[in-house]
Amino acid sequence: MGTMRLRLKHQSPLPGFGLTLGYSLLYLGLIVLLPLATLPVRAAGMSWRELWEVISDARAVASYKLTLGTAFAAAVANAVFGFVVAWTLVRYRFPGRRLLDAFVDLPFAMPTAISGIALTSIYAPNGWLGRWLEPLGVKAAFTPLGIAVALTFIGLPFVVRTVQPALQEVDLELEDAAATLGANRWQTFHRVIFPAVLPALITGFALAFARALGEYGSVVFIAGNMPMKTEITSLLIIVKLEQYDYAGAAAIACVMLAASFAILLAINLLQWYVARRHRGTS
Amino acid sequence: MSIEVRHISKRFGRFDALRSVSLRVPDGELVALLGPSGCGKTTLLRIIAGLETPDPAAGSQILFDDRDVARTDAGRRGVGFVFQHYALFRHMTVFENIAFGLRVRPRRLRPPEEHIRARVDELVRLVQIEGMDRRFPDQLSGGQRQRVALARALAVEPRVLLLDEPFGALDAKVRQDLRRWLRRLHDEIRATTVFVTHDQEEALEVADRIVVMNHGRIEQEGTPDEVFHSPASEFVMQFIGNVNLFHGRIDAGKAIFGSLALPASAAQPTAGGGARLLVRPHDLDISRQDTGNGIPARIVRLQSAGPVAKLELESDDGQPIKVELPHSRFRELELTNDERVFVVPSGGRLVLEDYAI
Amino acid sequence: MVHGSASQPGAGGSRHAEGATRDPALVKWCLVAVSAGFLLLFLGVPLAAVFVEALRKGLGTYLASCRDPAALAAIRLTLWVAAIAVPANVVFGLAASWAIARFEFVGKSLLTTLLDLPFAVSPVISGLIYVLLFGLHGWFGPWLAAHHLKVVFAVPGVVLATVFVTFPFVARELIPLMQAQGSEEEQAALVLGAGGWQAFRRVTLPNIKWGLLYGVILCNARAMGEFGAVSVVSGHIRGKTNTIPLHVEILYNEYNFAAAFAVASLLALLALVTLGAKTLAETKVRRDLATAVPVPPQEDPVP
Repeated sequence: MGTMRLRLKHQSPLPGFGLTLGYSLLYLGLIVLLPLATLPVRAAGMSWRELWEVISDARAVASYKLTLGTAFAAAVANAVFGFVVAWTLVRYRFPGRRLLDAFVDLPFAMPTAISGIALTSIYAPNGWLGRWLEPLGVKAAFTPLGIAVALTFIGLPFVVRTVQPALQEVDLELEDAAATLGANRWQTFHRVIFPAVLPALITGFALAFARALGEYGSVVFIAGNMPMKTEITSLLIIVKLEQYDYAGAAAIACVMLAASFAILLAINLLQWYVARRHRGTS
Repeated sequence: MSIEVRHISKRFGRFDALRSVSLRVPDGELVALLGPSGCGKTTLLRIIAGLETPDPAAGSQILFDDRDVARTDAGRRGVGFVFQHYALFRHMTVFENIAFGLRVRPRRLRPPEEHIRARVDELVRLVQIEGMDRRFPDQLSGGQRQRVALARALAVEPRVLLLDEPFGALDAKVRQDLRRWLRRLHDEIRATTVFVTHDQEEALEVADRIVVMNHGRIEQEGTPDEVFHSPASEFVMQFIGNVNLFHGRIDAGKAIFGSLALPASAAQPTAGGGARLLVRPHDLDISRQDTGNGIPARIVRLQSAGPVAKLELESDDGQPIKVELPHSRFRELELTNDERVFVVPSGGRLVLEDYAI
Repeated sequence: MVHGSASQPGAGGSRHAEGATRDPALVKWCLVAVSAGFLLLFLGVPLAAVFVEALRKGLGTYLASCRDPAALAAIRLTLWVAAIAVPANVVFGLAASWAIARFEFVGKSLLTTLLDLPFAVSPVISGLIYVLLFGLHGWFGPWLAAHHLKVVFAVPGVVLATVFVTFPFVARELIPLMQAQGSEEEQAALVLGAGGWQAFRRVTLPNIKWGLLYGVILCNARAMGEFGAVSVVSGHIRGKTNTIPLHVEILYNEYNFAAAFAVASLLALLALVTLGAKTLAETKVRRDLATAVPVPPQEDPVP
């Protein structure tokens, strides 16, 4: 057959490859990669022992638990309600549906600080909702619950926008088939529709989760920020910066990045797995 | 302007699209590149246009009027290219599409706007889409889009016109009309034209010369007549029209096919060499007598619905034979299924193989 | 896999079911009520709160808060930052989309994955890395100090951090769009004698204009509203390095609630405008995607 020449780029009659790729790489290199490189380098400046001490410091660990816990709770809430919202928007027609659909993207459009102060004022003891919850013994502001509420706000569009296209693609014919075979609506949903959109739901959950882990602006007002109690990890990084503990800040940042990447990797693996399964059955 | 390519090869990854292809198209000719999917015809066309670059090789050249244009950009070669799916600029009107080539010329070469308008109007009339200047491509039918694409390519007065499966995406009736129209257009304009097609009927009907390609190589080059009646290889013969292929051997100056013996004249028939007989279905007759010039076979299927009666037979060594008879003859014979008869060729090509022992 | 938000198929369409696949009316209206209730509670109430709190002390206080010099400085800075970050990212987006959507090359999927980076990185970290790079104790800190240049705790730092968090938006919208549209029109333009820039200007840009607009809208909203990253980098110097969100934070921490919400309401209004413009652009992009001519299967397959 002859030797296969290694080609870095398939030839194309279109011009501009060198220019556009070069510029993109330069831009990315300077603005993204170079700054990001400071993190592992800075963290590597510490010995393993010091690194471990910083990362496993009690305050840090408390922040991990809080951040992970509230992010998870929020992601779960979003998975449940987000699914309901996506279902309603895709399958039903009702007045105001389009308006509601556009509204779902509000957390994407709204600056995090603004939502932060708005949520705080609502859930504060004398706030619109706070004053109802207080007598019930439910404290929302300055507690983990408040954090979870803020994170739910942030993550909502992720689930809805990931599940909507998947629901859109569910073949109505499959449901008809199930119905003719005697399944009632719940069975059809439970056995036919839901499994088909489950991967998308999990992806949306993971995206909301990843986003919630790193969230700062909408949380930092409602949280109260008491070390060991209501201090999220991203705030801890800022605290360390203010103390000029650059290395410590970098170390904790690396932990956060590792967690985010792990989640993203999990999403990619899941998508790959689903794609493989579908290819096998189609 | 004449086109010549010499020793053009092109490889995509592990796939050899073209293998050292050489071809010459004289000025003013209308040539069809014909072949099955994957034979390299579109790649060759795109290389001539400058949309692909051939692999570097010794002696590899692309010549327009004997001038090497291999290093010239597609936009400067003076070619007009019509894409299979038209590639009309969807956000421009028909007028703007056709005027495009003239409007992007560098200032000193750009004709004044009135001239451009006149030229576009002229082309609109030529391709018969009057009244549609202001329409957008998505408001046109497939045939209309194709004609706009052609007008657009012609606007810059190319010396070479290249068409990639120009009628591939259209339905049969439109295809036929456009085929004839293209032929008339070419006769009027006389630009050297090369078009790619996988439809042999189209090639036979439209082209001055046909280049049959397969697996990246040119199998045969010739007029439609030559290609149809004197196919140079088994592939060409199989690809163009229906053909029966009989294998036999040479013995004592004759080519033997079963009980059929044909004089093996000329060349150097070597005793013991092989022979091939290529016969079109309509050049075969059926006889019930063994007159020594027929091949025994059994009728497997009779189909009399259609312009001619079609018979499928099987020879003694299991070879399928296709025969076409005029209805008068068919009725005359009163054939039945499973009947054993003799297939008598009344014309065809005898190909003698040389055996080097 | 890069998916622009506008290119999600059907996000926004409705599949009204009939007959055997229709849910009982009770179920439907319960779910609608739950959805609407949830959205109202979690999204609607906070939005309303912004405006209500802003006007709590009357229109006079509202206007005064917005006209306050520090507020005006914050507004000016926010506009400047957006005016720099958005065009810079548009140029990058166009370049990256051209390279990714029109060519095949080694490392392409790596590049495409890099585009998702800001979504995986916390805003605080996005700011932190610039401090580590340009801060007093950062890599370039000594050099900058020697030349009397300030990046961190100054406007350049704010711009850089904003550029970082918003750089993918335009590219992510354009890439799927340009891939769907294919390069045949550009090839046709080239054969007709157009130069590379001419083909880009006359053929490519008009075809992607809605995707570009959509990306710009998203990029701008994020650029103006970014808080975490900018908070780390800016130093909170009132009147100098505060963007609107940072100014809001300062006012809020001083318990000057009415003023804080007043200024915040500007961004909330921007958010609503963004939502509206985004929805309009989205329909156009989806239409462009739906009518994108499918690239015919290459006769000679490119493996």
